[in-house]
Order: sequence, then structure tokens, then C-alpha cells
Amino acid sequence: MTAAFNSLIHPFAANAVMLILVIPAASAALLFAVRDYRRSARLNAFAAFLMLLAALALLVEQPPPGDYLHVDDLNIVFIILNSLVGFTTSLFSASYIAHELEIGRLTRAQLRFYHAMYQLLLFAMALSLLANNIGLMWVAIELATLTTVVMVGIYRTHEALEAAWKYFILGSVGIALALFGTILVYLAALPTVGEGAAAMIWTVLMSNAGRLDPAMLNLAFIFLLLGYGTKVGLAPLHAWLPDAHAEGPTPISAVLSGLLLNVALHAVLRFKLVLAANPGAIAPGPLMVTLGLGSLIFAAFMLYRRRDIKRLFAYSSIENMGIIVFAFGMGGPLANFAGLLQMTMHSLTKSAIFFTVGQISQAKGTQRLAELHGLTLTQPVLGWGLVVGVAAIAGMPPFGIFTSEFLVVSSTFARQPLLAIPLVIGMLVGFGALMLRLHDVAFGNPGGPDHPVKSSYIPMTLHLGLVLMAGIYLPGPLVVWFQHVAEMLH
Amino acid sequence: MQHLAFDIAHLLAGSIVLVSLMLLYQVRLYALLNVFALQAAVLALSVSWQAWLQDAPELYLTAAIALVVKAIVIPLALHRMIRRLGIHREVETALNIGPTMLAGLALVALAIAVVHRVSPDANMIAREDIAFALAVVLLGLLMMVTRRNAVSQVVGFMSLENGLILAASGAKGMPYVVEISVAFSILVAFIVIGIFLFRIRERFDTVDLHALDQITGSER
Repeated sequence: MTAAFNSLIHPFAANAVMLILVIPAASAALLFAVRDYRRSARLNAFAAFLMLLAALALLVEQPPPGDYLHVDDLNIVFIILNSLVGFTTSLFSASYIAHELEIGRLTRAQLRFYHAMYQLLLFAMALSLLANNIGLMWVAIELATLTTVVMVGIYRTHEALEAAWKYFILGSVGIALALFGTILVYLAALPTVGEGAAAMIWTVLMSNAGRLDPAMLNLAFIFLLLGYGTKVGLAPLHAWLPDAHAEGPTPISAVLSGLLLNVALHAVLRFKLVLAANPGAIAPGPLMVTLGLGSLIFAAFMLYRRRDIKRLFAYSSIENMGIIVFAFGMGGPLANFAGLLQMTMHSLTKSAIFFTVGQISQAKGTQRLAELHGLTLTQPVLGWGLVVGVAAIAGMPPFGIFTSEFLVVSSTFARQPLLAIPLVIGMLVGFGALMLRLHDVAFGNPGGPDHPVKSSYIPMTLHLGLVLMAGIYLPGPLVVWFQHVAEMLH
Repeated sequence: MQHLAFDIAHLLAGSIVLVSLMLLYQVRLYALLNVFALQAAVLALSVSWQAWLQDAPELYLTAAIALVVKAIVIPLALHRMIRRLGIHREVETALNIGPTMLAGLALVALAIAVVHRVSPDANMIAREDIAFALAVVLLGLLMMVTRRNAVSQVVGFMSLENGLILAASGAKGMPYVVEISVAFSILVAFIVIGIFLFRIRERFDTVDLHALDQITGSER
């Protein structure tokens, strides 16, 4: 039985890496040609579903690393998470976009473009995660940035264009700095590995990591951390993030927050591994701990002064990325495990929150917090969905983020008690701000217009269900898998 | 012979840093564009020299891209744009020229100090080139931070990018340098088109959408 199953799945699994890239790339080309928006929305979701299947096939069989692409335990986590959220977001997007078309915020031509760009973004993110070549990884992140820039500006309003422009300029600077870091890594590897493409292949860099030029690596890491850190949204390089999240279409906010930030983080982690394996280089941990802690505390305080609901959750993303980078910076099996779990939970929860917020803003016709009140009364499903989502993202039990934040705090207490104090303060301040805002939005006196919403609740329920399940019971194989990756990350 | 070859490479790379410093004290947009074109031309020379030195013919292509796109096409396009959009001809600075120059000099010193800590057994030519390239990158960043107009910001970004190309061409045998320079040209083209379409005059503040409607002919 299993032999038959294996022989059936083998050809599929062996080509899974190619499929993960070809499916979105081909769909992007195809979607440029499809005129009917309903058909293109369905096609978009279908392509994302196929991509998810291909990503899951990687669990069955992993191909050996090539010069350009590779699959290891680290990027599999990211790829599966990416294709899962990519798929559910495409489902949400299909219903969300229909409403935007109805109220005339988007035209049919823009929608065609939107769907093609969505697949192109999925392609760019998958390419960057799968890349074994640090140059290719950089190109993929540049492509992902360009596609999201045009998506953020798609409404063509004054604010949307401003947000897109700001994102574009700051993203470009980040990309430029990351490229400088990439060149420096090549130079660090030049004396040991020799000239040519080999010195840019990550697996080659890793196996020679101990003999690379440490001073050059140090310099390289600073540029890579600042460059890709801009895309992770770390303070003080985060300025693009709240605007880009607030002004673009909500499915894009969900993908930006839930996926693109992780992709940039993945790039940072790859280089952290190279540095950690070099005895002469600086420890990358303290730098990441500092940036992470800074982002957490900064974002936690900024949460109090938000007037726009999407901006509020954009700052919450900065806060969460701060915690995640902090956890990976601390290192060690427990903190890395916590970081991975927090990252997964954050992606699922934050995209669920954005699904809810998107529907709320469609129902109420506004994103301003001051005009959103008493949603649990007028829109029970959305209101309570938001309550559950915010409770989860704020780190309340019994949700998965509680588990991961608890692990981050306890592992920090065990090793660096002094660092745990600002960490806990940051988390509590952020928690307070989210609860304060949630109280008004969800409970308060209802008011304002109420348009019926036709969007599907399935993606939101699915995500929140997974987060709840993770908080109550983490399946054994998942724990073993994450532990394995955590050990790989040092 | 070897020494002479290195000296010429350093001379060219050093001139790019010098032109970067010149960019910092330009107060008129047209002059700024001319100085930038000069920098791109020197970069093209420097990259060609590296191509000859390393016997890497594909670098000539990078040099050609630098010369044609950055020394000729983009400055001309920006010239036209300044005229057509009626942009202020003067560079508005967030920081006065004097302090900016001092900060610039400090950044050059920082770049050299940082890179010289790299072990001397690393390839000498690469090490010096990296120091110069880092200085150009930092000066480009400084320019982006201290300038208000969109055009001078773009010039800052492009000079930052010149530093990257300088670093990539100095890294012996580095693959994909041509591809990277093409990728960046696309990025810069996007930025220039963005400024033109959305009439972005200032850093983040003025996006004149009314003008956009006039261009695309759509009504809102």
C-alpha cells in the first residue's frame, strides 16, 4: 500500500520545487490575459491551492541541493506557511475584491493586474525562500518589493500613492544595502572558495563558514541586517510599513504582514547561520536582540496613538517581528523554537485579523478607529472574530501566541534575566494598547452605517482555529520538526 | 606594472568618492545632474579598467550600461522633467552645506577605518575598492537623508547605487554583476517614471494626483 502510494507521489514530489515556482509564474502570465474577474479570482485561488499541494509534497521527499535552489528543514517551514496563507488569502481576496469592484474602488482592468501581481508576489517569495544562491535571493526579494509597491498603490488615491512611494524609496534603500552586504559576503568567501558563482552558493558558504574572512563577514552582516531588516520592518527602519499596510487592499496587508516580513527574516537567518559558524566573526545574536527589543518597545508605545485600524495592526506586526527577531537573536534550542512558533502563529493570526478588518471596513465604510464601535452587536461574526483575533495576537491564553511568548520570556529569564525585564514591559504595554482599542471597537455603543458583507468567513475561522489548536495542543510531529529546525539555527 | 594597474584602479575609485563629495555641495538641480553624469562617466571608466584588469569582458557591458543609462539617458530625462514639471531649480536641504560636508568627510573616514580592519591578506585591490565603494554608499545615503526634493533624492539613490556597482566590479570574478546593474537600472527607471507620473516634488509629501488625472485623461 505504502509502496504504491510512494510510487504515485514520487514523480510529483521530485519535481515539487519546480512546481512551486512554475505554478505561480505561469498563473501570473495567464491571469494577465483573463478578462472576467470572477474567473480570474477563482483561477488565482486554484493556482494558490496547487502551490500549497506542491509545498506539502516537499514533506514527503526533499531533493538534493542544487546550485540555484535548495530545500532544507529551515525553508520548508517558511514555504508551507507561505503557501498556506497565500491560499487562504486568495480565497478571502476573491470575495473582498468583488465588493471593491461593486463600490467602484477598483476597475476591471485593475483587477486583472491585481491577480497577476498576486501570483507574481507568491512566485517571488517562493523563489527567495528556495534560493540557494545569495544573489538570486536578493533578486527575488527585489521582485517581491516591486510587486507589492504597485499593489499598495493600486487604489490610486493620494494616500495610497504616497504610501507606495514611501515604501518604494525606503524599500529600495534597504535592497541596496542588502546588495552591498551580499557583495561583501562574496568577498569574504573569495580567498577560501575561489572566484565565480560557488562563492555565492549558500550551502558552499555554510560548509566553508569556519574559514571565511571574519572581519569582512562582520561588515557584511551589518549591511544585510540593516538592508533586509528594513523589509522585516524593524525600528528605526520601519517607516514604510504602517503606510503600506493601511493604504493597500486588505488582502495585500495580510500577505505583507503574514508573509513578506517572514521572507525577509528568512534571509537574515540564513546569514546569521553563516556568521554563527565562523569562530572569528562577531556574534550576530546581540545585534538582533537589540533591534528586536527596540522594535518591540517602540511599536508597543506607538500602538496607543493609532487612529486607523489597519495602521494599529501594522504596528502590532512591528511589535511581533521585534519579539521574533529577539527570540532568534537569543538563540539556543528553546528561544529558536519559540521564535519559529511565534512566527507561525503571528502569520496565521495577523492575516486572520486583516481578513476581519477588511470586512469590517467594507461593512462600515471606514478604517477610522473613532468611527468603529460596538461591532459585536451589529456584526456579531466579525466583531467576535476580531475579539478572538486580537486576544490571540495580544498573547492571551489559550492561543498559540501565549505559548510562544511564554517560551520567549522564560528562556530569556533563565539566561539573561535583565533582558527579560524590558521584554516583558514591551509585551505588557502592547497588550494594554490592543485591549484598550479592542474594547471600543468591539463593545461600545454601535453607530455608523452597516452595509451587508458577503465575504467568506472560512479563511478567518480556519486561521483562528489553527491558532487556538496550537495553544491547546501542539501535535507531536510538529514539535519534533520545529525542535529540529531550532537546533539547526543554533 | 602591477603597481601601476592598482594605482589607476584606486585613482578612478577615489575620483568617484570625490565626485560624491561634490554632489553634496551642489545647490542647483541642473548642476547636480551634471555632476551626477560626471560620476557615472567616471564609474564607467573605472568598471572598464577593472574589466581589462580582471580580463572579464562582461564587465564592459556593465560599464556601457553605466555610461549610456546613467551618464546620458537619466540625466537628460530628469533635465526635461524639471523643465516640464516646473520644479524648483534649487536643492532644498534639510541640513546646511557646511555640516553636510563635515558629515560627509566623517563618513569617508569611517568607511576607510572600518574596511582597513579587514585582514590585509585579503585581495588588496578589493579591499581598497570596498573602502571607496562603502564611502560612496554612505555619502549617497547622507544625500538621501539631507535633501528634500524628489529629484535630488533620486540622484542620491543613484550615486549610492554607483557605489554598489563599484564594489561589485572590484570583487574579482563576481558573477551576475551585469544582471545586477540591469536590475538596478530597472529600479531607477521605475523611480524616474514614478516621479514623472505622480509629479512627486518632495520627499514624501507632495503627490499631485490632480496632475496624474490630467496625464492619464481619466476623470474622478
